[in-house]
Amino acid sequence: MVARGSFVSVISLVVQWFSDPAHWSGPDGIPQRLIEHVQISAESVAIGAVIALPIGIALGHYGRFGNVAINISNVGRALPSFGVLVIAFQVLGLGNLPILVALVALAIPPMVTNSYVGLSEVDPDVKEAARGMGYREVAQLLRVELPLAVPLVMAGIRTSAVQVVATATLAALIAGGGFGRYIIDGFAQQDYTKLAAGAVLVAALAMATELSLSALERVLVPRGIRLQRAPVARRVTTFKTA
Amino acid sequence: MPSGLFLDYVDPWVNWTWLSTHIPLFVSAVEQHLTLTVIAVGGGLAISIPLGIAAHRWRSLRNPVLAFFDVVYTIPSLALFALLVPYTGLGVVTAEIGLIGYTVLILVRNLLVGLESVPPDVLDAADGMGYRPLARLFRVELPLALPAIFAGVRIATVTTIGLVTITALIGLGGLGQLIERGLIENFHTPLVVATVLSIALALVADLLLVGAQRLAVPWSRGAAS
Repeated sequence: MVARGSFVSVISLVVQWFSDPAHWSGPDGIPQRLIEHVQISAESVAIGAVIALPIGIALGHYGRFGNVAINISNVGRALPSFGVLVIAFQVLGLGNLPILVALVALAIPPMVTNSYVGLSEVDPDVKEAARGMGYREVAQLLRVELPLAVPLVMAGIRTSAVQVVATATLAALIAGGGFGRYIIDGFAQQDYTKLAAGAVLVAALAMATELSLSALERVLVPRGIRLQRAPVARRVTTFKTA
Repeated sequence: MPSGLFLDYVDPWVNWTWLSTHIPLFVSAVEQHLTLTVIAVGGGLAISIPLGIAAHRWRSLRNPVLAFFDVVYTIPSLALFALLVPYTGLGVVTAEIGLIGYTVLILVRNLLVGLESVPPDVLDAADGMGYRPLARLFRVELPLALPAIFAGVRIATVTTIGLVTITALIGLGGLGQLIERGLIENFHTPLVVATVLSIALALVADLLLVGAQRLAVPWSRGAAS
């Protein structure tokens, strides 16, 4: 059983933990764990995006298989990330590969659904106008439809990234690195301070991911459609796997 | 327990003989899984319906409420459980604070979308027919928001069934316990069967909710996003 403490004493222990220089260097130091966590998350989101975005964009552009594109998010939500990670571990063995495979699988659904919705909701009149102005199909897709769909495509990437960062925490269960190490080791060693410090780091990283990708989204959204941001925000798929 | 007694023993993905003698293990895991899910979604509804109505009625509440639960939703569940353990211990209270916190965002957001999408003409007509604000809310606005509310309940339920497995790390887990056992004992059967059951539970619950929605709100088409 983990020792219970008062709110103040827990905070002061965690502050002490963070101010100990020993926790800022070496293979179990915060910088190294941060690099591990960010690296595996970034790789997973990037691979997931390369697979998911073309599918979502193509389905949205042609307006086909809308049910599949929407329901893939429902199936993605139903996947227990813990079970998926452990099965990947049993199939692929130790190392980063099983973590990568599991995280990519969880990253794909929100990106497919959001990019599908973004593309399929482009006003048909706008598409017709683009045709009338002489755009070929590819130019129309790249220069008219995609810019209009940027808010939702980016929202899909952000949703995936935040969930991948959260799920990467569980990778410590199958001998992975990252901030999850502090939480899993804290539980195993009944070291509450380490546990809480790890929780603070994981939560901060998830927030930082959300905020930095929101900022990127704001930069990428074309100026002409920024006014439509509010209704976009509420159509975004909620997604939580860990 | 099949674990390396013979060097050439290969653990199959599902050992049916073992499974057939351990059915009660899975039944009690499913029971715990469903109990944790029902408390999470029920508790989430009990909080989010009054909160959503209040945020709709007093507009200045809307953004702070959504922002607060957005932050909660962003916190990874394992981190949230770890932060709560020193105060609420290992067990149901810790698990449900996290799980309910996550469902509230989904449910409040959908309730607000539903209430905000009631056409102004309908509200004018209700006012013109002499509805008082409270009667208008219960007899016009909430019924029209039901499809969006149902969509929220579906998403919250499916999400929670997936998240419950993670509570194995704080001593609960439902089917997550069996996933953890598969990991610790390096034994495939409980791992694979529990993962498949968890997915099946989520999909069946989703279908049942679609059915319930067809009965309760026959005019909606059951779309969730």
